Amino acid sequence: MLAAALVAALAWLAIGLAGLVPAGNAVLARRVLFPLGAAVGLALAAIGAQAAWTPAETLVAPLGLPDLPFHLRLDPLAGFFLLLLGAVSAGVSTYCAGYFRDETPLRLRLICLQYHAFLAAMAFVILADDAYLFMVAWETMALASYFLVTTDHQRPAIRNAGFLYLLVAHIGALAVLLCFGVMHTGGGDYTFDALREAQLSPFWASVAFLLAFFGFGAKAGLLPLHAWLPEAHPAAPSPVSALMSGVMIKTAIYGMVRVVYDLIGAVRWEWGLLVLVVGAATALFGILFALAQQDLKRLLAYSSVENIGIVLLGLGMSMVFFGFGQPQAGMLGLIASLYHAFNHAVFKSLLFLGAGSILHATGLRDLNALGGLLRRMPAVAFYFLIGTLSISALPPLNGFVSEWLTFQTALQAPLIEHGVMRSLVPLFAATLALSAALTAMCFVKVYGVAFLGRPRTQQPAVHDASLAERLGLAWLSAGCVVLGLFPSALLLTLNRVGESLTGASLGAAALESSWFWLVPTEPARASYSPVIFLLVVLAVVLVTIRVVLLYHGRVRIADPWDCGFPEQSTRMQDTAEGFAQPIRQIFGPVYLLRRHLPGPDDSHPRYSVKVEDRHWYWVYLPLARLAGILSAKVALLQRGRISTYLLYSFFTLIALLVFVR
Amino acid sequence: MNAGVALQVLQSILVVLIAPLVMGWVNVCRAWLQNRSAPSVWLPYYTLAKLFHKDAIIAHTASPLFRWMPYVLFGCMWLAAGIVPVLATDLPFAPAADIIALVGVFAMARVATALAAMDTGTAFGGLGARREMMVGFLAEPAMLMTLFTAAFISGSTQLATIVDTLAHREFAIYPSLAFAGVAFLMVLLAENARIPVDNPTTHLELTMIHEAMILEYSARHLALIEWAVAIKLVAYMTIGFALFLPWGIAPAGDWGALPLALAALGAKLALAGAGLAFLETLLAKMRIFLVAEFLSTAFLLAVLGMLIHFLVHA
Repeated sequence: MLAAALVAALAWLAIGLAGLVPAGNAVLARRVLFPLGAAVGLALAAIGAQAAWTPAETLVAPLGLPDLPFHLRLDPLAGFFLLLLGAVSAGVSTYCAGYFRDETPLRLRLICLQYHAFLAAMAFVILADDAYLFMVAWETMALASYFLVTTDHQRPAIRNAGFLYLLVAHIGALAVLLCFGVMHTGGGDYTFDALREAQLSPFWASVAFLLAFFGFGAKAGLLPLHAWLPEAHPAAPSPVSALMSGVMIKTAIYGMVRVVYDLIGAVRWEWGLLVLVVGAATALFGILFALAQQDLKRLLAYSSVENIGIVLLGLGMSMVFFGFGQPQAGMLGLIASLYHAFNHAVFKSLLFLGAGSILHATGLRDLNALGGLLRRMPAVAFYFLIGTLSISALPPLNGFVSEWLTFQTALQAPLIEHGVMRSLVPLFAATLALSAALTAMCFVKVYGVAFLGRPRTQQPAVHDASLAERLGLAWLSAGCVVLGLFPSALLLTLNRVGESLTGASLGAAALESSWFWLVPTEPARASYSPVIFLLVVLAVVLVTIRVVLLYHGRVRIADPWDCGFPEQSTRMQDTAEGFAQPIRQIFGPVYLLRRHLPGPDDSHPRYSVKVEDRHWYWVYLPLARLAGILSAKVALLQRGRISTYLLYSFFTLIALLVFVR
Repeated sequence: MNAGVALQVLQSILVVLIAPLVMGWVNVCRAWLQNRSAPSVWLPYYTLAKLFHKDAIIAHTASPLFRWMPYVLFGCMWLAAGIVPVLATDLPFAPAADIIALVGVFAMARVATALAAMDTGTAFGGLGARREMMVGFLAEPAMLMTLFTAAFISGSTQLATIVDTLAHREFAIYPSLAFAGVAFLMVLLAENARIPVDNPTTHLELTMIHEAMILEYSARHLALIEWAVAIKLVAYMTIGFALFLPWGIAPAGDWGALPLALAALGAKLALAGAGLAFLETLLAKMRIFLVAEFLSTAFLLAVLGMLIHFLVHA
C-alpha cells in the first residue's frame, strides 16, 4: 500500500517532467498529462481510503543523504489526507486540461512541471516519517507553489504577492524546523518514531506546541499571518488557487494534528484554549473581510481564512476535551474538524474553479462588472450554486454536516470539570454560529451579484466552460452532495483515524447507526439524517408543483415591475459594496475604510470604498521597518576592510576556544 | 410505526392548513386593538384562493431559480412544521433533523428567498435581499444560543426529548429559560418580519425588508410564499411552545392525550396570536440599523441565559 502511494507520488513527478520533453506537442501534453495526473490522484485517493482502515506501514527509502535515508509511513491519518489530496486534485487536474488552453507552449510546460511537482511535494509531506523528509517536502511544496503563484511574473503586483507568500512560508517553515528541534531533545535521530519516544517536560512540550502552531498557522493563514492569502490567491491561476486553498492549507492542519496528537501526544487543555481563541478570531475576521471584498478571488481567499478558523474551532474543542480527560467528546471535535477540512477542500476548490471559468469567459474578477451570468454560463452557474449552498452550511449539503458536528461537540461542554472552560466552550460555538450566518450572507452576495440579475457591463461573447472544465466542476460538486448526504462513511473513517492517533473512539451508538443516520453520541441526544431531510423536502416540492399546476399553469412574461419605476438601468442593481453596506455599518471599527464620495454636482457619480486590513499597519509594516533598521545596524559590521574581517575571525576563534575547552 | 407516520403526516397537514387561520386571527386581533373594524378571520384563505386563480407574471429577466424558489420555500417550511412536536412527541421523521438542522432549514429558506430576490435585477429586490440577510445573520446566532440553552438543560438537541424533559420536570423556575424566552421572542419578531423589525402590512418600498424581496412575485408563486410565511410563523410559535410551554403536548404512544393536545394547541395559538397583535400595536417599527442593536441584545440575552445555566447548575 505504501509502495503504491510512493509510486503514485513519483508518477506525479514523472508526469511533470514528461511535459518538458522538447519534441512533445504542447497541446497534446495538456490534453494527456493533466488527465493522467487526475487518474493518479484518483488512485492515490483509493489508496488513502484503504489505508485509513489498515495498520500503519513504514518504509525506509534508499533516497536522501548517505547517512540520512528518507523514512515514509502510511497510517490512517496520512491515509485520510491522501484521500483528500487525491480526490480534490483529481477534479482540479481534470479542470486544468480545459483551463490552460490559451497558454503558450513554454508556459504550459512550466506550469505542468510546477503543478505536478507541487502535487508530489504535498503527497510527500503527508507520507514523511522523519523531520528531514518532511522539511524537504514542505519547502518543495512552498517553492513549487511560489513559482505557480508568479506564473504571470511580468506584473510587479504579482511578483510582490509571490514574495510576500514566500516570506511568510519561510518564517513558518523556520518555526516548524525549530519545533522539530525542540521535540528531538538532542537524541540525534529525527525520525518521527524518535520524536514520539522523546519525553518532553510540560514546558518544552508547550514550546514545541507553540512553535508548531505558529509555523503551521503561517501556512494555514491564521490571524495575523493570513496576509499572504488574499494577495497570493488572486495572483495565481485559478486551478492553482483551488489547490492552494483547497489542499495546501490542509497540509498545515495535517501538520498540526500530526505534531499535537501524534508526536507530542499528551494534549493540554490550555493549548486548546489558545487554538479556540485564535480560531474564533480568524473565523470572524476572515468572513468580515470576505464580505467587504469585490474581487471574487480575494473574497474566496478571505473565506478560506474563515474556514481554517472553523477547522481550528473544532480542533481546539477537541484539544480541550482531551485535555480534561474526555476522549469521546474530544474525538467528536477531532472528527468535526477534519470533516470540515475535507469539506472546505471540496467546496473551496469548486468555487475557485468556478471563479476561474468566469475569469476565462469574461476576463473579469471584479464582481461589480459582472451580473446575469446564469443565463450565459448555465453549467458553471449550476455548479457554483452547489458550492455556494455548501459553503453557506445549508442542509443537506456537506458544509452543514461539519458545522453540525462542531456544534454537537460544543454541546458536550457539561462534561468539562472546569467552571470557566465549561461556559467558554459554548461561547465559541456562538462565534461559529455568527460566522456561519455571515458566510451565508457573503455567498448570497457573490452569487446574487455575479450570476443573477442583469449584466452590469457590456461583455461580448461570454461562453460557458469547456467539457474538461465542466467535468472537474461536476466531480467536486458531486463531492459536496455525497459528503453532505452520506456523512456516516467519512465519519467512521475519521473515527478510525482518531482511534489510531489517540486510542479513543466514538460511542457504540455512533458506530452502529445505519448509513443514512448521523448520530454523534446517542440517538436520544442528537441525530440528523440528510437523506430523509432531502427526500421530504423534495417530495413536498414535487407534489406541490404537481398539484398547483394541475389547477392551471398560465404564465405571462413581462418587464420587471420594480414598483412601477419606469427607467430601470442595470446600474440600479445592488453592487458588491452595496450588499455589504450593513456589515460595514455594524462592524465599522473592524475595517479601515477609504471612501470616495462623489460631489453633489457630479453628473456621473461613482461611489467607491476601499477596505484595508489594519494588520498591515499594526503588524507587517512595523516589522518591515524593524527589519530595515536591524539590517542597517548589521551593515555597520561590513566595513569593506580585510583587516577588520580578520579581526572578527580572530575574536570568533578566541570565543569558540573558550567554549570548546 | 405506521400509526406514527400517520400522525406525522396529519400533524404537518394540520399545521399547513391552520397557518393562514393564525395569520387571520393575528390581523383580527390587531384590528380590534387599533379600533378598526376587523376583516374576516378567513380572509387569508380567500386571498390565497384569489392568488392561485390568477395568471403568473414573470419578468423576462428572471431565471429558473426565480420560479423554483416559492416551491423550495414551501417545502422547507413544511419540513419545519413536520419536525416540531406540535401535538405529540413521537414523530418518526423528527430524528432526521434536530434543532440545529431546524435552524438550517430556516437558513435555507432565507438564502433561497434572497437569491430569488436578486434574480430579476431590480433595485428593490437587491435592497430587500441585503436587509433580509442582515436580519438573518443577526437572528440566527441568537436563535441557536436560545436553543442551546434548552439543549443544555435537557441534554439533547432533539426537540422531542427536550419537550419530554421540560414537560415532566417538577415545577421550578429556570432563570436561564427566562432569558432564553425573551431572546426567543425577539428572534421570532425579527425572523417573521413583524413589527418592530419589519412591517408586514407596509406599502412603503423603502422601509420594506421581506416584502421588498417578493415584489416581483405574483399569483400562485406569491400565494405559496404568503402561505409559507404563515407556516413559518406557526412553526416559530410552536417551537416557542415546545421550549417554554411544553405542557399539553401528547407524550409518545399516548393516543388518548391527543384531543387534549389539540385543545391546548388551539388555546396556545390563540393566545400567542393575540399577544403578537398586542406587541405589534404597542411598538413602532424601528430604524433599520437599530435592528442590529435589537438583535444583538437578543443574542446577549441568549448567551447570558446559557451562562446562567452553567452558573446555577455547576
